[in-house]
Amino acid sequence: MNQNASSSVENQENHSIGYGVYILVWLSLVVFTGLTVAVAGVDLKALAVTVALSIAATKSILVLMYFMHLKYEPPLFRTLVVVVVVALATFIILTFLDILFR
Amino acid sequence: MNKPVSLTAEAHHSDETGAKLGMWLFLFTELLLFGGMFLLYSIYRSEHAHEFFLAATELDTFIGTVNTLALLTSSLTVAISIEALRRGSRKITIAMLIITIILGIVFMINKYFEWSAKIHHGIYPGGAKLLSMSDGEMLFFNLYYVMTGLHGIHVLVGLGVLSFMLYFVSKRPGKKINLDYETLSQIRGANLEVVDEKGQKIDDIGLIDNDVEDVDIKFKYAQVPSKMDKSNIIKLENSGLYWHLVDIIWIFLFPLFYLVS
Repeated sequence: MNQNASSSVENQENHSIGYGVYILVWLSLVVFTGLTVAVAGVDLKALAVTVALSIAATKSILVLMYFMHLKYEPPLFRTLVVVVVVALATFIILTFLDILFR
Repeated sequence: MNKPVSLTAEAHHSDETGAKLGMWLFLFTELLLFGGMFLLYSIYRSEHAHEFFLAATELDTFIGTVNTLALLTSSLTVAISIEALRRGSRKITIAMLIITIILGIVFMINKYFEWSAKIHHGIYPGGAKLLSMSDGEMLFFNLYYVMTGLHGIHVLVGLGVLSFMLYFVSKRPGKKINLDYETLSQIRGANLEVVDEKGQKIDDIGLIDNDVEDVDIKFKYAQVPSKMDKSNIIKLENSGLYWHLVDIIWIFLFPLFYLVS
C-alpha cells in the first residue's frame, strides 16, 4: 500500500483522499486520547511515562501520515521528518548521558 | 519519471511541492523550538519526579481532555476543508474552516479559565502560593506557563492564518486586465463601454482620448468551481500543516502536564 502511494505521487491531483479516511483517523485519535486518560488512572509506576509517550507518539504518527499527508508526499518529506526527529532524540539522549554520568 | 501531461500542470506541481517543502522546513524549526523545552521538562522531571507528580494534581484533567478533543477535531475539520477545496466544494471548505476557528477559540477560552483559576490561587511565576512550594513544583508550574503559553501563542497565530484563509476562500475570484498604451492606440478616440451578451450597455468607461495612458479592467467571476483560485489550495494546505503541528505539540503537552499525577 505504501509503495502504491509513493508511485502515484507524480500525479498529485489523482490521489483524492476520502472524507471517510479522515473521520476514521479522527476516531482512532479520540480512542487513543480516551486510552491515555484511562491508563493515567492506573498505577503503572515507571511504565506510566513510557505508555503515555508511546500513545502520544502513535497519535502524532497518525496526524503526520494522514492529516499532514506525509503518506502521500514524495519520500523526501518522510526522510526529512525522520532526520529531524532523530536529531532531537540525539540531543535529548546526549543531554541525559551528561546529567547521569557527570 | 512519468511524462508531464502538460507544461502548466508540471509547473504547478513542482511549485506546490516546493511550497510545501518550505513549510515543512519552517515546521522543523518550530519542532526544535518546542523540543528544547521538552528537553528541559524531561531533565527537571527526572530530577524532581515526586514534586512533578504532586504539582500535576493541581491541573484539571477534564479541561485538558476537552481541549485535546477540541484540537483533534479541529485538525479533522481543517483536513476536510483542504480536501473539499481540492474537490471544488467551496461551501464545505468555508463551513469546515469556520468550525476549525470556533474550536480554536474554544481551546483558548478554556485556557483562559484554566490560567485565571491558577493565577487566582496564587500559582503563577512570582505568586505567593507558588513561592511557598518546593523547587520541583515551582519548576513544573514555570514550565507549564512557558510551554502552554508558547503553545497558546501558536494557536492564536494559527487562528489568524486560518481567518485569512477563510477570507481568501470566501472572496469572489477575479482578475485584472491592463490595456496598455499600444493597445489603446488602436481605439483612441472611441468611447469604451461594458456590454452584456445581448449588447445591452452595463457601464460606461468613457472616451479614450489622447490623454489616457492605460486602462485597468477588473473582472469578478461568479462563484463556480472552474473559476476558483487554485493558489488557495496550496495556501490552505500550508496553513493546515501549521495547525496540525500545533495539534501534535498539544498531543505531547497533554500527557506530560495533565496525566503525570
